[in-house]
Amino acid sequence: MANQLNEQGKAKTSFWNDPAVRSVIFQILAVGAVVAFFLYIINNALTNMEARGITTGFAFLNDTAGFGIIQTLVPFDETYTYGRTFIVGLLNTVLVSFLGIILATVLGFIIGIARLSKNWLIAKLATVYIEIFRNIPLLLQIFFWYFAVLRALPSPRESMNLGDSIFFNVRGLYMPEPIAEDGFGVVWIAIFAAIAIIIGMVKYEKKRQLTTGKTFPLFFPSLGILLGLPLIVFFISGSPMHLEYPELKGFNFQNGMTIIPELMALLLALTIYTAAFIAEVVRSGIEAVPHGQSEAANALGLTNGQRLRLIIIPQAMRVIIPPLTNQYLNLTKNSSLATAIGYPDLVSVFAGTTLNQTGQAVEIIFMTMGVYLTLSLTTSALMNWYNKRIALIER
Amino acid sequence: MSEFKPLPDQPPPPNTIGAVGWMRAHLFTGPINSVLTVAAAFLILFGISWFINWGLFDADFVGSTRDDCSGEGACWVFIIARLSQFIYGFFPEEQIWRINVMFFIFAACIIALMIEKTPKKGWISLFTLVGFPIISFYLLNGGIFGLEEVETHKWGGLTLTLVIAIVGIVASLPIGILLALGRRSDMPVIRSISIVYIEFWRGVPLITVLFMASVMLPLFMSAGAETDKLMRAMIGVIMFQSAYMAEVVRGGLQAIPKGQTEAAQALGLSYWKTMFLIILPQALKLMIPGIVNTFIALFKDTSLVLIIGLFDLLAIVQSALNDPNWLGFSVEGYIFVAFMFWIFCFGMSRYSQALERKLNTSHR
Repeated sequence: MANQLNEQGKAKTSFWNDPAVRSVIFQILAVGAVVAFFLYIINNALTNMEARGITTGFAFLNDTAGFGIIQTLVPFDETYTYGRTFIVGLLNTVLVSFLGIILATVLGFIIGIARLSKNWLIAKLATVYIEIFRNIPLLLQIFFWYFAVLRALPSPRESMNLGDSIFFNVRGLYMPEPIAEDGFGVVWIAIFAAIAIIIGMVKYEKKRQLTTGKTFPLFFPSLGILLGLPLIVFFISGSPMHLEYPELKGFNFQNGMTIIPELMALLLALTIYTAAFIAEVVRSGIEAVPHGQSEAANALGLTNGQRLRLIIIPQAMRVIIPPLTNQYLNLTKNSSLATAIGYPDLVSVFAGTTLNQTGQAVEIIFMTMGVYLTLSLTTSALMNWYNKRIALIER
Repeated sequence: MSEFKPLPDQPPPPNTIGAVGWMRAHLFTGPINSVLTVAAAFLILFGISWFINWGLFDADFVGSTRDDCSGEGACWVFIIARLSQFIYGFFPEEQIWRINVMFFIFAACIIALMIEKTPKKGWISLFTLVGFPIISFYLLNGGIFGLEEVETHKWGGLTLTLVIAIVGIVASLPIGILLALGRRSDMPVIRSISIVYIEFWRGVPLITVLFMASVMLPLFMSAGAETDKLMRAMIGVIMFQSAYMAEVVRGGLQAIPKGQTEAAQALGLSYWKTMFLIILPQALKLMIPGIVNTFIALFKDTSLVLIIGLFDLLAIVQSALNDPNWLGFSVEGYIFVAFMFWIFCFGMSRYSQALERKLNTSHR
């Protein structure tokens, strides 16, 4: 029957009114348009580059860069290659994003929870913080911290001084640097052992609670093991570490750890800006847990801590985590604003200096975009997987 | 038998009502809360009094050079002396009335749209989205009707910020709608093209897009076709923004029940008729808060054009700070820019929240 109708339908509709045929034609046209567009711009790019004498290909990555970078996590000087500048920039981006994510999460959670506080003044203060900082452009905040605050600090000779070991001046923050001596590896082993013991303890506790219903406190013993074991090993093995203090030599400080003002300004701005968004995410996540859940937990006789840890937080996290990762991604992408104050991140070093020196715009821009794109796509793939895993299974 | 007479109600304990009761419930619930309240109150009083002293009582407002500033408080003389440049950029002075006309039309459109009872709202919004950008382009650029031509490199300040933001949002809306429809299309090729486009632009930072627009676009154009810097920045912003817009539109489309499409098909409407007569009018209403939110994000992001050498509000203040006659007033400058951006963004976010509340008819 259905078949017959179909036959009739086909006989009546003309060729170009058949949805299936139309869809094929549209798709072929779309592919054709896209291919034609790319052919056109690639062709133009090749002619233009030839006319301007720009070489193509990735051979430039092996040429000597010939410029210095103010902050490098891996050895770098003028004799290294352009390929190395890519690595240096990438690592600097990773560094600032990593630190920024940790700081913004801490600050964001504090402010988000403060916004829900029963204390009227604290809640209003948190609201004012959020409304001020998320409505001001990030670039402006970076400029404010860098040009208006950190540039106004005293010179190295008059630097602010904390116990003759920490110095703060216009060139940055100087701190003593812990230097590991021979035999420090044992301490690392102790740290990993402590982590392994804690994981074992957590697993055992869970099993015991499921079988017997009895619980025992985990937090303080874990903390004790995590701090105690490495410390004991550290002293037994004869303290294989010393601090190297910064000292004023000539016009600047030598030795020790330095945090350059560019990194500080970028971190401050990224943290304060992103924390305002994270606070809103946290607030909406906690508010998304129905009040009945708290009441039910109270009715079951759970303590305040148990209610938070077992009932509220797991349900709030389900709502919080997807937008939270989105904020992490935004922070990482926003760290590219570093280029405006000269922090040597990927965009500043590679898409800035290296591009200006080599002129190979196409390759460099695509490599830079590729890094961020890989990061975004990986994160969103992980998020989709996570969302599927935690989705409520209803009927 | 005597009749039962209840005693009159006792008043609530005096420390649970009135100002004292409110403070006990909201400020001094326990020892920790009390400490927090006192600390916060101290911080607020101290901070605000310092700020008001610095920015108002000790500040200088009148004058024309830096010598008119006492140096104790803020030096608003700097802002006031440069205000015209901050707002109009390097626009020729005798032509500034054109920008004012543009601002006036824009303000009139926005006010008309915000008031609930304005008649013919659809036509007004159509004019804001289509007519207004065209009129303001000719107002700013000139070259016809006897208006003197003003090249784009003379545009700057708040005007440029608004131009980029408005062009970005207006041009990205139709592209975003097409992309969102493409992403929900049944045709695999169209769908994949849309997905690749959207995810690509959403995955990269705006700064790399602007870099790409400024260094790579000239390579992609056929030789001789020169575009100016502002045009290139706008192309970058539009490509970037349309991907975000597409996701907002997709959210709106997903909220429309499938029955609407099916009913439209049952009536024999074609795909485009279904979309433009049935689905989009309903979805567009739901999308307004989302569009406003992306607009806020874009408005803040316009400050990035500074990096490719355009003089938006932030860039023009930043360059004024390096003026040797006015060195050392960066705090005042940044506070001014922050205030301008904040007013716009906060106003828009309030508007979108109010809309969301109005549109949210679900039961709570």
